[in-house]
Formats: sequence, C-alpha cells, structure tokens
Amino acid sequence: MKLDRAISIALKAYIWLALLFVFAPILTSFVFSFDANKFAAIPWGGFSTQWYTEAFADPDVAKGFRNTAIVAVASSILATLIGFTAAYTDYRYEFFGKKAYLALAFVPPTIPVIILGLAMLVFQARVNLSGGLHSIVIAHVVYSIPFAMALIRLRLSQMNKDMEAAAWNLGASQWRALSAVIIPFTLPAILSALFLTMAVSFDEYAIAWFVSGFNETLPVRILMLLQREVSPKVNAIGSLVFVISMTLVMLAQIVFLVRAPGSGKAKGS
Amino acid sequence: MPEPLLVLDGIVKRYDEHTAVHRLDLDIAAGEFIALMGPSGCGKTTTLRMIAGLETPSEGEIRLRGRRMNEVKPWERDTPLVWQSLALFPFMSVLKNVEFGLKMRDVSGPERTRRAMSWLERLGIAKFRDRKIDQLSGGERQRVALARALVTEPEILLLDEPLSALDAHLVIRMQAELKQLQQQLGITFCYVTHSQSEAFAIADRVAIMAEGRLQQVGPPREIYRAPANRFVAEFVGANNILSGRIASLAKGLAAVETPFGTLQAKADQALKAGDPVAIVVSADRVIVSDGKAEGENALAGTVISEEFVGAFVTLHVDIGEGKSFRAQLQQHALEPLGAVRGKRLTLRWKPEHTVILKDK
Repeated sequence: MKLDRAISIALKAYIWLALLFVFAPILTSFVFSFDANKFAAIPWGGFSTQWYTEAFADPDVAKGFRNTAIVAVASSILATLIGFTAAYTDYRYEFFGKKAYLALAFVPPTIPVIILGLAMLVFQARVNLSGGLHSIVIAHVVYSIPFAMALIRLRLSQMNKDMEAAAWNLGASQWRALSAVIIPFTLPAILSALFLTMAVSFDEYAIAWFVSGFNETLPVRILMLLQREVSPKVNAIGSLVFVISMTLVMLAQIVFLVRAPGSGKAKGS
Repeated sequence: MPEPLLVLDGIVKRYDEHTAVHRLDLDIAAGEFIALMGPSGCGKTTTLRMIAGLETPSEGEIRLRGRRMNEVKPWERDTPLVWQSLALFPFMSVLKNVEFGLKMRDVSGPERTRRAMSWLERLGIAKFRDRKIDQLSGGERQRVALARALVTEPEILLLDEPLSALDAHLVIRMQAELKQLQQQLGITFCYVTHSQSEAFAIADRVAIMAEGRLQQVGPPREIYRAPANRFVAEFVGANNILSGRIASLAKGLAAVETPFGTLQAKADQALKAGDPVAIVVSADRVIVSDGKAEGENALAGTVISEEFVGAFVTLHVDIGEGKSFRAQLQQHALEPLGAVRGKRLTLRWKPEHTVILKDK
C-alpha cells in the first residue's frame, strides 16, 4: 500500500531527525575539534590536529587521562566482581528480605549524582578515605554495581535452571560448578559488564568532582577548563572521551549479543 | 532375592506446605529397569532427585549397597541423571559435554577423550564431536545427554522423562534403544515417566505413585491384569470399572449388585456380603456380539464412537446410567458386526477375567 510506505518513510525520517538532534552537539564539538580557528565559527578554518597536540601537551590533561583510566579499570573490575556475586546470590538462594535486597541493590543510579557525590564526600571524609584516587574508585563502584548486576542477572535468567545441578550430578563440587559452568555461561555478560561499567566511570564527572580532591579525572578537568577559558582544547578532550565511552558501550553490546550462545534450554527436535 | 542395589526405606519429603513423598518403601535390584510412573505432582521426580542427592529426605533412609546416602553430597555420588530439559552445556562442544563427568573426577586428558569417544561411537554420534549443542537435532541431543551420563560407567542411571521433548516417532525408537542399551550394560535404569505406554513398553517393573504414595509395584503385566486399587485401575487406562455391592459369595465367585444388574466376578480376597466393591474389566477381555444380552455378565449398549489404533479398535459403548464402556477388539473381528454409531450390541466377559477391588 502506498500509505504504508509513506508512513514507514515518515517514521524513519522522524527517528533520524531525533537522533540528529541528540547527536548534533557532540558532532559539532567533534567537527570543531579539528578546526584550525581558535573560535568555533562558520566557515571552518581548515583541518588541524593542533588542539589535540596542545591537549596532550598539557600536563594536567595528561594526568587527568591517566587518573581516569586507572579509576575506570579498577572500578569496572570491582563493580563487575561484586555485581556477579550479587546476581548469583539472587539466582541461587531464596532468603528472607530478598526483595528488599534487590531493591536496595538497584538504588544507586536512581539517586541524583550530586547527592550521591556529596554523600560520598561526607562519608569518606569521616572515615578518612577522601581525596585520593581510591575515593573515586569506591564511589564509582557503588554507582556502577547495579549496571553490572543487571546484565549478569539477565544472563543467569537465560540459563537452563537444571544446568548447575547437572554439573553437581556429574561430580562437580559447588566451586567447580561455578568455575566450569556458571562463569563460562555468563562470560559474555561479565565482559559486557566490564566494558559498560568502565564507560560509566570513564565519563562520570559529578561524583568524581566531589570526592577526587587534587586527583582530577579527565571529565573533571574538562569542567575546570570550561570554567576558566573557552579553549578548543575542550572540544578535543571531549571528543576523545566521547569516542572512548562509545567504543566501550558498543563493545559491551557486541560481546553480549554476539558471544552469548543458546540458552541451553531444550527446544525439542 | 539378593541384597537390592538401592533401598528407599520409609522416605518422606516434606516442604513448607505440603508433603511431596509420603512413606515410600521401594527396593531396586541391581540390573533392573524400573519405571516410576504417575500423574504430575505425584512425587516421582522428587523421589528421583532424592536418589541423586539433589533433595534430602525429611525422614527415612536411602541406602545404596547398604550404605546410608542421605548426607552424601550430589557430587560425591555416582548417580548420573538424564534431565527432562537435558541440561547440556551450550558453551561446550559435544565431546567436552561428554568428558565433563570424567574431568570432574580428574581423569587425565587423553584418557578422558578416549573414554568419551567410545561412548559417542557407541551411541552413533561420534561425527558430531566438535559440534555445539545448538547445532544438533532433538534426537542427537538426547544421545549426547545419555553419553554424558553414562561416561563414568555408573551402577545406576536415573532418567527423568528423558523423551518428553522428542517427536512421537522418535520416542518409540529411543524407547527400544534405551531398553537395548540397558540390557547390554546390565546396569540399573530408574526411569521417571507420566506415560503408561512408555513405562509398560520399557520397564521390567513399574512403580505407580499418586499423591506422594506408592500405589503398586510390579511387572507391567501384573499391574495391567491385577490392579491393586481403583487409582491404578483408572490410571492404567484401558479398564472398565463398575461400582457395586456384594450380594453373595460362592465357589470363588462373587455376585455383585450394580446399577447394570447382578454381575459375576472372581473373588480371590477376603470379602463378605454387603461390601462395597468395584469390578474391573479390562477392555481387551470384553467380547462383543450382536445377539441378545442373555446369561451372566452380559450388558446391552449403544455404540457411541470407535477409535482406531492400527489393527485394534476401541469401541465406546453407552450402557446406560451415563456410563461409557470400552471394548477393545481386533479390526477383523469388528468388521462382520458392522458396528457403527448408534448400533445396539451385547458386551460379555468371563468372571475369571475380572478383578474385584474393595471400595472405601
């Protein structure tokens, strides 16, 4: 039908427009990060990687990048580890207060980051943990556990309910069943959770700003730069952070969707 | 009888609200093929899981070769189970799936592969050794599950409705293969099923369960010809059950007063006049004719429908009082009668071909 075609085209156009609207600012920043002009304006002043060179030459930026990388790697590993144990506990055991346990486990991302950051700062100051890179790691772990847990929980829910017991039945102790069956089965989700929590940590600035003290991360550095001067360097750093986070998020999706084989449920013949 | 391989001694399994298994006593001999059969929720799968150690009995004792098993962890037993869902490992190849049990027993790599391959060959799936599970058909997966369970060469194999996911034509073939395999291996198979035809086709002995209680144990023929109670008589399928009251007893025969007249039945247990009883007449013991309903044990009825199963036909005959009576006969025996819907027929059977059950 003609009308169907028209509707389908209109819908597609609508989606592309919406996506364009969302990505336009990022795209603009990306385009102008390669602009030779100091002030972003049309017409374009020609292609240049000058701002990237300048950004990397800035010792504060270099340090921020290093800090961000350390925090992202450390917090993603910890969050995934804790997320896995939390999801497995939920999968394996029935216990009193399980609903409350699950509700609590998913709370952190629903708290405004400003409040979470402030609360973290106050708490960490009390227990003498504030002001270091480890402070940001702790805060980011708390913030990103639910993402890891949700992904791993989803994968566990796809697992044949008899699979773990089948491993026991074939002589695997609980530990060996965990390492030989549960972890290999959930591996796509574990990798996906690693990438996703890394991305979450990589571009998070609000909590990091509160608890970092003098150990600025890259997003915090961008904030500082913006407050002081308007330099095209910001475009360059911003684009870099965006590309890295996007890559991580896409990796997270790819490993989950491509690497996850059949659920192991009997499908009949 | 030699010491049985496995003894279930007064097993009770209670959950918070209900009792899944109620005082189950069952001896399983070495090398026998026993089927646990019953409707869903009768406790058969729970019983199997207790044998495998996946559930712990609330009361009673499970003994394997005289050794108490209640506290033995599932991974310390050698009671492999073929799961209804198969529960194969989807991230492993066929070979790795089959090797799993040996790997968990720390058998060395080459030895593991050799033993796993010999089972794959035996079950005719060696060519799939490097395939993933989701690249196999239902029948092939079934064989992988069998090989994986048998690779440790256990004394007893547990099977939980293993054929329920297969197509009907494959089920018949797999039944025959399982039976043959069990005879060749000479090990005990303990097979859970809800299907009477499956249990009867495959097992040396059938244990019928209902509502957590054992109803009857015996060879299929015995259960078929001499159901122990009304539940078994009804569950076993092709039986006609007529309720009544004993009018008199003489010469091993009981005259039973029923809504369909006084019927003669074989009385081989302690009965007295006035007892409420049920007469069980197996559908294949019924003689159908188009003459008049005269003499003993003859009922007149109207054909309601016919059911063809190859060479056999089951006639459903309305005998009044809203009761439908089943008669099974061979196709060629039916043809001269011209039994079509609505035709009046006479049903007869010999008193010695009946079973009498006390009604509660």
